[in-house]
Amino acid sequence: MFPSRIWREKAQRYRLEAGKCTTCGYIAFPPRLICPECGAREFETITLPDTGKILTYTVIRVAPSQFTDEAPYAVGIAELTNGVKLMAQIADCEVEKIKVGMEVVIEFRRVQTHGSHGVLSYGYKFVPKWY
Amino acid sequence: MRDVAVVGIGMNKWGEIWTKSFRDLFVEAALMAIDDAGVDTLDSMTIGCMTGGLFVGQEHLASMMADYLGIKNLPASRVESACASGGLAFRTAYIEVASGMSDIVLAGGVEKMTDVSGDGATYALATAADQEYEVFHGATFPGLYALMAVAHMEKYGTTRDMLSSVAVKNHHNGSMNPNAQYPFKISIEEVNNSVMVASPLRILDCSPITDGAAAVILTTVDIARKLGKPIIKIIGSGHATDTIALHSRKDLTTLDATRMAAKRAFDMAGKTIKDIDFAEVHDCFTIAEIIVSESLGVFAPGKGGVAAQKGETGLEGSFPINTSGGLKSKGHPVGATGIGQAVEVVKQLRGEAENGRQLKNNPKTALMQNMGGSGGSTLVHILEVA
Repeated sequence: MFPSRIWREKAQRYRLEAGKCTTCGYIAFPPRLICPECGAREFETITLPDTGKILTYTVIRVAPSQFTDEAPYAVGIAELTNGVKLMAQIADCEVEKIKVGMEVVIEFRRVQTHGSHGVLSYGYKFVPKWY
Repeated sequence: MRDVAVVGIGMNKWGEIWTKSFRDLFVEAALMAIDDAGVDTLDSMTIGCMTGGLFVGQEHLASMMADYLGIKNLPASRVESACASGGLAFRTAYIEVASGMSDIVLAGGVEKMTDVSGDGATYALATAADQEYEVFHGATFPGLYALMAVAHMEKYGTTRDMLSSVAVKNHHNGSMNPNAQYPFKISIEEVNNSVMVASPLRILDCSPITDGAAAVILTTVDIARKLGKPIIKIIGSGHATDTIALHSRKDLTTLDATRMAAKRAFDMAGKTIKDIDFAEVHDCFTIAEIIVSESLGVFAPGKGGVAAQKGETGLEGSFPINTSGGLKSKGHPVGATGIGQAVEVVKQLRGEAENGRQLKNNPKTALMQNMGGSGGSTLVHILEVA
């Protein structure tokens, strides 16, 4: 994994930056060059809210090699308070207690370690609000 | 546009085929299709393959497969749309014949998946998802379909047993298919108690890793008549895409590309789902068959699981689905799957399905649905006995 690939995504993974269409208000995460709703090409940079609720989730037991040490781990889709949906791991909880509709906060975490060189990739994870 | 028919089909035994190479798998199926059609040459060839590069380190299939098929200077191409590559090859060949550009075209599909470890296969398949916003977070393909399953269960009350009934039915059908990878029956209890992969999906909810190839010969209806083959006409072809990432979709419980591809195929054919006698659909996971059956309009949203449990999609049901055994039992060599569906549809329409899985009452019209990734691309075709 070349560092440039990780570096390119830093505004989204580290700062939750999204593009808001200045014509129709559609929020693109990650940012896009053209709005899929109205076709406009002007966006303003916004920061996503850090809270939302779980729409669906799964507990992964057969994991890709860079995640085998963490299995079983939960991955979910959350809808944030502004309606944006995104996918991330659900951390800091017993996976049996995860429920659809559960409120979560987005926190900055280490997500994975790449290959034998061990480049660390950071990003966001969902953490249950009651923790 | 010219009327186009399928006049030849070829498919080898699918499974862990350690004794056959990537090229031999493809050429074997292609020769079977050529022999079945009774043609002595091809004008062109299009091959569906998801990722020969990651599975066996081999790209440039157009050259290799034309070379080993022994047809010098054959115009050939390889098309890719993840697990829908085969369906895309079928459509590409159909357009080429319908347009008048070529008269006799082979549409094939191939994937050699067992020359890498399970982890290597997981990596290769995950390239069909959004690398930076899904796979980065640890999502796998069973995981993505599990997210759809949980959403469907929450919204409609779909149950564990409903999912299992899809696997049981497909293995029942596949037990009668001599080319199936896993031609044996399984029980609801066996599915319910199998190893968890990504909750709620268990190993027996998942289609397997498979080596395999399939091929069909497409030509004009006029040439088909001269060849003296049964005329299985392509009357509808629909193609659609959807967002690459599952979380970008407005509704996690439907497959919009399937809905749109079906609409386009139905509009072209002048048919509705009520005119269809049976279907081969993309059951990469049990939940996929349930959602696809709803998105095609066979059943109302949320009713696909109940219908499967009641046997509506069985061989004797009101709308048989996956008489071949589906991806679940027949196997899922990703790039070949869409062509494998065509092989089964043609067998059923000719009345040639083996070992008692032939549908009664002479089915006339069939649909096949092949999708890539978590539904980011879909091909739907409608075939009819002319």
